[in-house]
Amino acid sequence: MMSRLSWPTALRVPGRVWVIGAPWFWLALFFILPFLFVLKISLSEAVLAQPPYLDWVREVEDGMVLIQLNFGNYLMLWEDSLYLAALWGSFKVAAISTLICLLIGYPMAYAIALAPNHWRMPLLMLIILPFWTSFLIRVYAWMGILKDNGLINQVLMGMGLISEPLQILHTPVAVYIGVVYSYLPFLVLPLYATLIRLDNTLLEAAADLGCRPWKQFLTITLPQSVPGILAGSMLVFIPVMGEFVIPDLLGGPDTLMIGKLMWTEFFSNKDWPLASALASVLLVVLIIPFVLMRHYEQKTADNLG
Amino acid sequence: MTTLSTLSRRWLLTALLPATLLSQTVQANDTRLHIYNWSDYIAEDTIANFQKETGIRVTYDVYDSNEVLEAKMLAGRSGYDLMFPTARPFADRAIQAKLYQPLNKEQLPLWGNLEPGILKSLADIDPGNQFLMPYMWGTTGIAYNVDKVRAILGDDMPLDTWRLVFDPEITRQLASCGVALMDDPIEVFVAAMAYKGTDTSDYSRNAITDAAATVSAVRSHIRYFHSSQTINDMANGDLCVAHGYSGDMLQAQARANEADRGVNVEYVIPREGAVIWTDVAVIPADAPNVQAAHRFLNYLLQPDVIAPISNYVAYANANAKATPLVDAEVRDNPGIYPSDATRERLLVLKTPTNAEARNMSRTWTRVKTGR
Repeated sequence: MMSRLSWPTALRVPGRVWVIGAPWFWLALFFILPFLFVLKISLSEAVLAQPPYLDWVREVEDGMVLIQLNFGNYLMLWEDSLYLAALWGSFKVAAISTLICLLIGYPMAYAIALAPNHWRMPLLMLIILPFWTSFLIRVYAWMGILKDNGLINQVLMGMGLISEPLQILHTPVAVYIGVVYSYLPFLVLPLYATLIRLDNTLLEAAADLGCRPWKQFLTITLPQSVPGILAGSMLVFIPVMGEFVIPDLLGGPDTLMIGKLMWTEFFSNKDWPLASALASVLLVVLIIPFVLMRHYEQKTADNLG
Repeated sequence: MTTLSTLSRRWLLTALLPATLLSQTVQANDTRLHIYNWSDYIAEDTIANFQKETGIRVTYDVYDSNEVLEAKMLAGRSGYDLMFPTARPFADRAIQAKLYQPLNKEQLPLWGNLEPGILKSLADIDPGNQFLMPYMWGTTGIAYNVDKVRAILGDDMPLDTWRLVFDPEITRQLASCGVALMDDPIEVFVAAMAYKGTDTSDYSRNAITDAAATVSAVRSHIRYFHSSQTINDMANGDLCVAHGYSGDMLQAQARANEADRGVNVEYVIPREGAVIWTDVAVIPADAPNVQAAHRFLNYLLQPDVIAPISNYVAYANANAKATPLVDAEVRDNPGIYPSDATRERLLVLKTPTNAEARNMSRTWTRVKTGR
């Protein structure tokens, strides 16, 4: 019998622990542990060596251990206005892009959810299809579309709408186009997943009672889809805050975002401690909206319960 | 050369980085040589010929910025046997950080082919030429679209001057046509100092602030700051003036000629002076296959090997015996092998201290973003 070969009693763990333990293990290995490394480097001092920072726990003499913490990196982030400006720049791009994604993505997700059954799969495929091409190649394609003698300008000039090429590439507009294009699917998919599960009987009841479609949407569909809106917005907002490739390729010289600044600190300045401090601060800033969302979800769950 | 190869350089490199890291964990045996070099910086058949001659299998990876190379070196255990950093400030700093091992001259019998003047120019950062073997050298100057710039500025305006990128009166007229500067604080600041005629080795806060003001004065006329994208954009006629490495700008010229769409690119070394740089071959301290690395270096020292590389990459090599073997078209191009009079005006970069380098790059971010 299998049961004879099972775990010794002391090691026998209820299945519940495995279920909860697996994601925690995952989180610890791929998030908390790497973050602790980054945190550790952020408290050290940059030197010209391999690796380019001084460990803050060092053995000076036999048995003498020196612990030297350097908070100067965090102080520098606060004192030099450049870093706060970059944080603000990233926040602005992330917030505006999330909003645009919502305005475009909500109708898309809603339309797919309302589409007849046999249409849904092909429509969802169309959302996922671009992922089959490398992200970099797609951003490069946008460079070709947006540049001075690129597709858009050639078409507009061919139609005689403009006489001089519009400067789109290397402007903030190009960054927004690139970001919204790249991240839209991350908003549409979770939103669709929420919308498809909505209880249609509520809408039917409302209709039976004479509620107009627009009001049905505002009072029934929209409030019920808030979890999907939040989840999708997070999936856009958080990665865009740290986005580096799109602003670097499509943005102009005045695009100041935290990702690029981190690159500069790490590569150009070889200042790993400061780059790590910047990364740690960014993480804390990003955790705030996440905690707020959890709080909201908890509240909704309590209300429902 | 396909457009994709340059289009995607940097980003494909970054995307492929994890893959390269993985491949390095497979231990190298004696017949494997790992080389890390700039993209488009060797002749098409050099590696194949070397493999045929020696039986050593070569893994050849490429990068497109000194910063990426330096970060990999600083992280340690790169797995490479040979790399090609720019002597100043990168190799200089790495020697100070003890990242390289001395070259064994006994295994480099052809060392004497190298041009003594170039070896001497490296002696201050590498006393006794122990660590660095010069590979190629070039200048950082200006490329311009001949017809478009002449049409805007007229036929009388001299074009071999930094005014093309730093004089607000001029850049204002060229702005709609497209002016680009390199995304490289030290190159741009030193060029700005040369334009102003100030001391190009003064990296003090005041001097950098002044240089930054020179760049800020034209910033609104600069389309973008990038160090390699300019090749394509100059070749396509999307840009009118670009600040860049001689070989890159000459590559733009060659591509424009190939495409034959009436784009005419010219490269000049500005009269106020321009940076001369040398890329060197080095063996990292932790290189797995030191012997094979030396064999490759000695192979590169053969005049009939290095001359075709110069022909292909449009850079002057450091091999005195190879000069007669280089195509006349390359050898007689003053942008590649400048005249003695021009050479007099070339500037050697001083390596900034860490604090100076940080001040430069933070000031640079401010200038670029207009803050």
